[in-house]
Amino acid sequence: MKNCLNTVAIGCLMLAASTPAAADVGSRLWATGGVSSIEGSAGGGLSPWALLNGYASDEEWGGTVSLSQAETDDYSLSVVGAGVTWRNRVELTFARQTLDLDSLVFTLSNDFGLEQEELVQDVAGLKVRLAGDVLYSPWGQWSAGLQYKQNRDYTVPDAIGSEDDSGTDFYVGGSKLFFAAIAGRNLLVNGTLRASKANQGGLLGFGGDRNDSYETMAEGSISLFLTRQWLIGAEYRQKPDNLSFASEDDWYDVFVAWVPERRLSVTAAWVNLGDIATLEDQTGAYLSLQASF
Amino acid sequence: MKLTLLMPVLVALILGGCQTTNDSTETSTLLYEQLGMRAGIADIVEDLLFLIVDDDRINEHFAGIDVEQFHTNLTDQLCSISGGPCTYSGRGMRESHADMTITATEFNALAENLILAMDQNDVSTSAQNRLIGRLVPMYPDIRDL
Repeated sequence: MKNCLNTVAIGCLMLAASTPAAADVGSRLWATGGVSSIEGSAGGGLSPWALLNGYASDEEWGGTVSLSQAETDDYSLSVVGAGVTWRNRVELTFARQTLDLDSLVFTLSNDFGLEQEELVQDVAGLKVRLAGDVLYSPWGQWSAGLQYKQNRDYTVPDAIGSEDDSGTDFYVGGSKLFFAAIAGRNLLVNGTLRASKANQGGLLGFGGDRNDSYETMAEGSISLFLTRQWLIGAEYRQKPDNLSFASEDDWYDVFVAWVPERRLSVTAAWVNLGDIATLEDQTGAYLSLQASF
Repeated sequence: MKLTLLMPVLVALILGGCQTTNDSTETSTLLYEQLGMRAGIADIVEDLLFLIVDDDRINEHFAGIDVEQFHTNLTDQLCSISGGPCTYSGRGMRESHADMTITATEFNALAENLILAMDQNDVSTSAQNRLIGRLVPMYPDIRDL
């Protein structure tokens, strides 16, 4: 299965590379592809939205590549992602997450006798727009998707009580832009329901000694376009709590995104990831760069 | 479970947005005036037509039209929609687009060009958003959905 994910990754990159550099970016309006979430799917930073990545409208191909980094008190997470969207209907994404354990290295070494400095996970995502358009439909845009996640080294998750080294999240989401909603500015609202067994998004495995069943999690965001190029917002993501080894908290962030033109977006955020694997109150900064083609 | 922690952030965000609504006196001035009244709208439509001609995604739909008549009709239409004293005398949106099978790509292209034309005429962000918001209900008619 790891090889299969590598194939997906290479496929995304080849499609990205095969697009002529001179080709225009797709026809959807500015920022309607969202940004790349840490799991690769188009969304905010932490949660997938109903928007599909890039700018492909109904007669076009498009996609994105992205680099993201989160630095909290005791961890650093880096994510490389790539994705393609076909006719604003189907989105395929791939993301590789690398979590540097920094401080946790000592806990693992002292308590578990493990020598491990990082956790790596691959995420392959599929999203389908079911109905509607985020800008033009009175009822907004609705999509369904899945994220198949695979730990590349299962030693640590296994040791702390995880049940599985891979898992699939399923979600449905709705996104709607309200024109001139606040002080003449456009307001974008997203809501997502996700069925998941993932511990800390999957980086600590799937299922656990406390719970090994799918649970439905609520996620949402609200963002305001100050101008076409600048938006500010906040995001929330509910999380399961499957491991007795350490309690898991919900995530949230406040962000500002800059979209100087459709080919580029820069997102900066302050994130609160709560307690992660016994290390408390992980807050910090998040920065993500995305290029669209 | 931590939703309670997030709520103040959301509330602050929304209230923060509202406080800048001191240009909500704007709401009482007509959108029509923010667009520069009929003369301003006519300039926007003229720039829009230049952008359309250069846009290979949609220009063929406009080939062979009576440009002057189209300019007058669209100016009257935007004038009327924005609250100005104009009467749109052209055909209905569904009727006039019925044979064109306008795609989402083409609709987006026109919307983009309208926004760029408003940019070129220094129309404020809020006025742009309000005008687009009033045009969006035409989407199903124009795309014949």
